Amino acid sequence: MSIVRPYGDTTGDGMVQLSFTLPVPHDKRAEGAALQLAGKMGMDPAMLVHARQMGDGFTFFVVYGRVSHLVDTAQVQVVERDFPLLGAKEINAVIRRRLRRPLSVVGACIGTDAHTVGIDAILNLKGIAGEKGLESYAELAVTNMGAQVSVPDLVETARARRADAVLVSQVVTQRDAHLQNTRAMSAAFREAMPAGRRPLLIVGGPRFDELMAGELGVDRIFGRGTTPREVASYLVHAILEDRPSNRPAATPERTEGN
Amino acid sequence: MPKLGLDPRVVRRARELAARAGQPVVDLARSHTTVSVERAVLRLAGVRGADSDGIPWVNRLVDAVRADVGLEHGVAAPAFHAMLTQGVDDVTVLAQKAAAGAVRFAVPSSRAEVTAARRAARRATGAGLKAVDRRRAERDRLIRRLGDPAQRPWIYLIVATGDIYEDIPQAQAAARAGADVIAVIRSTGQSLLDYVPEGATREGFAGTYATQENFRLMRAALDDVSREVGRYVRLTNYASGLCMPEMAVMAGLERLDMMLNDSMYGILFRDINPVRTFVDQRFSRQVHARAGIIINTGEDNYLTTADAVEAAHTVTVSQLLNEFFAHEAGLADWQLGLGHAFEINPELPESFRMELAHALLARELFPDAPLKWMPPTKHMTGDVFRGNLLDGFFNLAGALTGQGILLVGMMTEAVVTPWLSDRDIALQNVRYVLNGAGKLHEDFVPAPGGFIRQRAHGVLGEAVELLARIVDDGLLNAIADGTFGIMKRPADRGKGLDGVAKQAGDYFNPVTEVLEKP
Repeated sequence: MSIVRPYGDTTGDGMVQLSFTLPVPHDKRAEGAALQLAGKMGMDPAMLVHARQMGDGFTFFVVYGRVSHLVDTAQVQVVERDFPLLGAKEINAVIRRRLRRPLSVVGACIGTDAHTVGIDAILNLKGIAGEKGLESYAELAVTNMGAQVSVPDLVETARARRADAVLVSQVVTQRDAHLQNTRAMSAAFREAMPAGRRPLLIVGGPRFDELMAGELGVDRIFGRGTTPREVASYLVHAILEDRPSNRPAATPERTEGN
Repeated sequence: MPKLGLDPRVVRRARELAARAGQPVVDLARSHTTVSVERAVLRLAGVRGADSDGIPWVNRLVDAVRADVGLEHGVAAPAFHAMLTQGVDDVTVLAQKAAAGAVRFAVPSSRAEVTAARRAARRATGAGLKAVDRRRAERDRLIRRLGDPAQRPWIYLIVATGDIYEDIPQAQAAARAGADVIAVIRSTGQSLLDYVPEGATREGFAGTYATQENFRLMRAALDDVSREVGRYVRLTNYASGLCMPEMAVMAGLERLDMMLNDSMYGILFRDINPVRTFVDQRFSRQVHARAGIIINTGEDNYLTTADAVEAAHTVTVSQLLNEFFAHEAGLADWQLGLGHAFEINPELPESFRMELAHALLARELFPDAPLKWMPPTKHMTGDVFRGNLLDGFFNLAGALTGQGILLVGMMTEAVVTPWLSDRDIALQNVRYVLNGAGKLHEDFVPAPGGFIRQRAHGVLGEAVELLARIVDDGLLNAIADGTFGIMKRPADRGKGLDGVAKQAGDYFNPVTEVLEKP
């Protein structure tokens, strides 16, 4: 069944909850205004269950109500994982067998973003959610450049480390900084390296739309909840399975960073 | 009343080790200067404003002096020598002339020249320090008249719109809603600017630029609202990053009340050179001591990068080091807002009991410090309902363990910068807990031999072991090896290293000279 509607406590009841603030003091008129908004948003009937004035001129509302909209899950577009999820052993084994050298990964937070939490979760030995980060993979040579890295520095380091993949994390999204930074980064790599020699470009962050990869000029976007193993599995898939001709086995060379 | 039964010999040993680990770094700080320390001296001497590109005249003047005679003598003597010999009577005008290339600098050579230049420098910076003293007296007067918050912990709220003129009404609304301390978060990336922006600013990323004018505007607005609500509302900003000493001076001149000022934060989390940081940190703390400003240290940050259970003892070690550096710089216990945080994974069994153990350990180790208790961030998932519950437990832990400053947690942490309603809900949460259980710490005594006591003893034991290793290894090496917060930061790397100079034999700094007077 691909047609669904919200579920409160009975199948098909269409119940949702909503909270918001209106810039008006709390009185009868304010409550009516809140119900009007809920009605325009498609809640019918709408029940105002809570209203509370904050300071002089603002009121916070909680509204419960029924919506009649139907959702067709068959029409939903998402990026499904299109690569097999491998274990650490398999990932190392595949790299050893197919690449015959460590796979070089360079990671950074670019722009003014100082939040290393995302890149560290993926790269640091410590990892996240009980999964160790990419530094723990014997066949991955990881360089974590940390926060507030400039795009030219990133390109230079990627070149010096002969990066197979560049991972960029963007947490701050004010004024779409994450989108602008990502575009600047992908443009710089395109300018600096010919298509066949360009490392795989990956961005991650909690506010990215995973469908925007093409538009931002990157190979892949990872959203919230991504684990190091997913990233490692993707790297192996994209670098060794998808475009093997681009990746001749270089002279064996161990880079720093593990 | 001690509740954990800590062995006073172990506590004493922890402090001794912290002093031994910290002393070489103090020696390093005493024998070096930085461009930012010298700029701070010039700010106290009265240099104001910026050129048409927004580069402050203090930067232009320090750069000009450095180009002619280097940094190692301090800029005060060459600058005031130039004023005396070239007939300039305003130090900002000197900076402007220097920037235009119209002044050459030399180190005064004859004894008479040295004496004259130093006397002039002392007079100018002395006026700056007097202004700081007046601001401190003014704060004391306002607190006497208006009063301190009725309760502990003080309720600390953040505003961060990027626009100082948006921040002001938000801060005033927060104070009316119960905030005792307002912190204006800085624009992301300001810590890595090697100059302080000028003037009132209306654009920032995830925060508002710290400028002297923004400080002044916000302090004046909070003075208004303090009179209205009948208690003195404190203002917080950041003495961190590459301009730490200048921020401290500006805070002193504009009567800010608290400054974030950690001894190692910039090194670990901003990749600022360790020597630069320790030199800047010592000077900024001396200024804070003079200005009566409470510092807030940043131990919470370790727990956001490392595991809050495994790394609990690194927080204790950092608190002990921060305490040592703070005392050495002249800060009193009441000025030490040592940090720690509620960051244990809530899925772990006994997570709340461990939080209580860690918070109580900090309370007992530093009984006279107004500890700063920081809310959960790492395990705030975007599930705002669960987040509000977690914040409630955070507030309860704060009340149970007698914390001094409580940074109000937002259920929308990791989702959006706080909305008006988020702040209101967060304050309701705090008020409910403090109303219903604010004095529960009087009844809360962990059982002897029980889980909480054992955990606290265990963490202190690990802290002592780590401090002993740091003493053997050297603090700079420990930082280079990634002992704190996993990040590895070698002493010869990092941002701002080119702004550090070893002091020459004739190094002269009219400000430290006064601040170090016993």
